[in-house]
Amino acid sequence: MFLAENLFVVRDDRIIFDRVGFSLAPGAALLLLGRNGAGKSTLLRVLAGMRRPDGGRVTWDGEEIFADPVAHTERLAWLSHLDAMKPGLTARENLAFAACIQGGKILSVLERMGLADLADLPVRMFSAGQKRRLALARVMLGGRPLWLLDEPTNGLDAVSVERLTATLATHRAQGGMVIAATHQRLALPCAAVLRLGPE
Amino acid sequence: MTAFLALIGRELRLALRHGADTVAALLFFLVVTALFPLAVGPEPVALGRMAPGIVWVAALLAALLPLERLFGADYEDGSLDLLLLSGLAPALIGVAKATAHWLTTGLPLLLMAAPVAIMLRLPATSLVPLLAGLLLGSLTMSLLGTAGAAIVLGARRAAVLLPILVLPLATPVVIFGAAGAAPAQTPAGRTQALLLEAAFLAFCAAVCPIAAGAGLRAAGE
Repeated sequence: MFLAENLFVVRDDRIIFDRVGFSLAPGAALLLLGRNGAGKSTLLRVLAGMRRPDGGRVTWDGEEIFADPVAHTERLAWLSHLDAMKPGLTARENLAFAACIQGGKILSVLERMGLADLADLPVRMFSAGQKRRLALARVMLGGRPLWLLDEPTNGLDAVSVERLTATLATHRAQGGMVIAATHQRLALPCAAVLRLGPE
Repeated sequence: MTAFLALIGRELRLALRHGADTVAALLFFLVVTALFPLAVGPEPVALGRMAPGIVWVAALLAALLPLERLFGADYEDGSLDLLLLSGLAPALIGVAKATAHWLTTGLPLLLMAAPVAIMLRLPATSLVPLLAGLLLGSLTMSLLGTAGAAIVLGARRAAVLLPILVLPLATPVVIFGAAGAAPAQTPAGRTQALLLEAAFLAFCAAVCPIAAGAGLRAAGE
């Protein structure tokens, strides 16, 4: 059970969000909605344990995540709005460090994202959508239980969005959790919705 | 431990693919040291007396060149998040980065320093003390530079801020390094300078990773 209560974040004397909370059971999904600057990315950073909230708490199975940050990083897979790819390295090399940390087979996740043929091509030659798929492939490595995704569908074509939808469904069927911030349509059946900021 | 080695391996692979950074630092070192005989005149004794100082200052400045990209590239493309979420302690990320910086910049500069010192007419008796001092000093510089690079991360004008922050901290390195390699130095003086150099390295090895870790954590927020 992943639980956030009364989260409160201030930056530069401005309240980013206040009284934000949710609870997420295994297999559940949460969709973060809100305008640009509503604090979706900041909330994801708090949930990943990279930023301490100014108030409230985040717990995993009853244990505060900041009490044991390493244990928390070991259960999450992270996708920011950036792809975090090095243009000079091949697709396979780009995933090598994550595979070392998260475990899992690089080739099998590349296949699942339809990138197996491009495995040994430098990422410099990838299109924006292909880079995004590669970043999603990295999230899938090792089957981490909690996926934190910031705008996962950015730059994806219709086929890739379907592939992502199927991947998310499989992940949830295996008891995984998904928290995705998006302002595009992303099909997450029975997902809870958390709206940040004004309508 | 595997994650730590994997990170160093990743850095080295990146440095190989983008070899321009290492080559630029080496060329900078070569060009700056070659300018001195042109400016102060080629008189061998005067040049030889200045050689340790020239090599030290030029090496220090050359080692600064790749620092801004050391974390800057990872910060801009989002890789820093992945490093911070890798389960490695931020201080260890700093150690891995400092190691990579030394292997790709410090070590090549050290190898280049011998021919450059000979070009500047450094007496043969001073060559080994110079290189021994540079070995310790380049390690210190990698540690100091890594800490500085992590601290200025995300700041505006980071490229300008970095030398202003790091170079004053590196003054002990230059003082002891150049003194130990001076042609007129006594053997006892050489040993003393080298020991002080080693002591400063030990201090930096303890403090710099912690400072780098704090800088990285702040940048990740």
